Amino acid sequence: MNRIAPALTGTRRTIVFGAVLTVLAIAGTFGLDPYRNFQLATIVAYFCAVAGLTLLVGLTGQLSLGHAALMAVGGYAYALTANLATDWGLDGVPRFLLGMLGALVVSTVHGLLLGLAGARLQGPYLAGVTLAIAIALPAVTAQFSGVLGGDQGLQIAYEGVPEIFSRLIVVEQWHAWVSILIAGVVVTALAAVRRSALGLKMRAVRDDETAARLSGVPAARVKVIAFTLSSVAAGAGGAALCFVTQSISPGAYTLAFSLLLVVAAVVGGLGSIGGAALGAALIVLLPWLVGTVTDAFEMSADLEQRLSGNLGLLVFGGLLIVVMLARPGGLASIGLRRGRGRTAPPRSPSPFGPAASAAAPTDSPADEADTDRTGVKEVAVHVPTERER
Amino acid sequence: MTTRTATGAEVSITGLTVGYGGEPVLHGINLDMKPGEIVAVLGANGAGKSTLLRTLAGLVRPTAGTIDLFRSDITGLRTEDRARRGLALVPDGQSVVAELSVDENLRLGALWRHRGPARARAIGRVYELFEPLDRRRSSAGHQLSGGERQMLAIGRALVAEPTLLAVDEPSLGLAPRVVADLMAVLRDASARTGLTILLAEQNVTSALSIADRGVVLSLGRIVADAPAETLSNDAALRHAYLGF
Repeated sequence: MNRIAPALTGTRRTIVFGAVLTVLAIAGTFGLDPYRNFQLATIVAYFCAVAGLTLLVGLTGQLSLGHAALMAVGGYAYALTANLATDWGLDGVPRFLLGMLGALVVSTVHGLLLGLAGARLQGPYLAGVTLAIAIALPAVTAQFSGVLGGDQGLQIAYEGVPEIFSRLIVVEQWHAWVSILIAGVVVTALAAVRRSALGLKMRAVRDDETAARLSGVPAARVKVIAFTLSSVAAGAGGAALCFVTQSISPGAYTLAFSLLLVVAAVVGGLGSIGGAALGAALIVLLPWLVGTVTDAFEMSADLEQRLSGNLGLLVFGGLLIVVMLARPGGLASIGLRRGRGRTAPPRSPSPFGPAASAAAPTDSPADEADTDRTGVKEVAVHVPTERER
Repeated sequence: MTTRTATGAEVSITGLTVGYGGEPVLHGINLDMKPGEIVAVLGANGAGKSTLLRTLAGLVRPTAGTIDLFRSDITGLRTEDRARRGLALVPDGQSVVAELSVDENLRLGALWRHRGPARARAIGRVYELFEPLDRRRSSAGHQLSGGERQMLAIGRALVAEPTLLAVDEPSLGLAPRVVADLMAVLRDASARTGLTILLAEQNVTSALSIADRGVVLSLGRIVADAPAETLSNDAALRHAYLGF
């Protein structure tokens, strides 16, 4: 990116980069068959949630064990708003936008309330609260089954391909497009936050809350903002998933799924957006890959039944252990730099030298160096960065 | 360091009593500081020096008493809000954010005070002040030597151009040469910008070398409050409380 557009700096660069990746991903859907497009749509929806989680855990050090439930909140809000829109006679894009708006508003409020409670709690206690949310979800949907549909959940109306694209693509590809667009907006926003002053505050609060407060950082507020952002990202992911599957039910957002999201963030590389993408892809593809491999072997029906569903988890657990032993920085840290570990990378020379400081734009040199720690670009696309040249 | 803060803080601590439950650690401390004054807080381990500084910064809540900064009561303010009033504490133990780079630590310190090019200039001034940091801009805090860490801790406080700087045991674990350099930096900062400094030290000689005044804490009470020169020359007092 540096070489292609050296004039682009800071937030603007993040946005352009996010937009380029989004367009590339949408273009990529033309190379996939409908089922692969469905898988891609799912991966991308999970990507939202895992990216939100990695920001929360990796940057502010707050652990959430209930992110699946936060996805469900977004999903339910989307379904309820979309069904309301259907009753008003809306469909297609207006209904989708209204549904997304509902999902974002409810996720924001929910995340803010949880974050306010969580900011008063440290480490395992916050994890405990989010765990409770994950466990309470089925009970809540059962209690309010009139609105939330109990165990059955909610169905939304079929979203076909809009008229203008109907000759070009099938419905699975359309769903993938929408999912990619949602993720593109959400994750680009998270990436911008990550490299902003707020991102620096989050990391300071994670590492040394006292030092951060002594430097004038309102630690409690930073934590609440982080939790709210993370909740909104998870909610957007849930809404995207609801849009793709046209249904939402508590059974899809179990505690096990919450834990899987945490594992995805950790295996991908905590704090890394690219790692979140890898983690999300693993959640979706690993069970399918394992299934494909086991299908190739002759085995008794009994054994096959026992393995199905469990083997994927086993491989996931094994992968977690191996990655933690070999690469504590996660998959995102593989192939970037040798011995990166806890070491900050070399920076572009003299960001605030006498010559540079006169012309230096506000956000450029330091922020630029900032992203290089675990930037999207290094993971998603292997564009040479400054130090590789 | 050129500055825009024309004057240091005026501090008034009245009847400050602090306890961690049980017997108080500080008993009714009264301490006034004039703008630009350097006051050394001396005393043995456990005398209450750190507690006094931490209470000043809002990390510990007093059970009684008030703290006035520029004649307004800040006793009820949170730590981060006190920082934004110009009160900077450098805690003991070379407090840097270990996972952040030198540059990020300084940016963190400057965030609330400066924007844009002004922030870069303020950080540049810290690099001028502490040349070893300039060479290690991209090193993480945990990679620095003890002296560099202390420089960074003080630099992170100074970059926000505070009016009151409280420094807790800057000499701890550092070579005498490094300590002398740090003391010189503090003295110069005060002389140039009118910064008020409260310096807690066990290293009496180096603290009194730059202080205008010294207060001696013993078991949570101020037992002496006198010009630095007087303290240095008062053999009986030195012997009784300062151990030399």
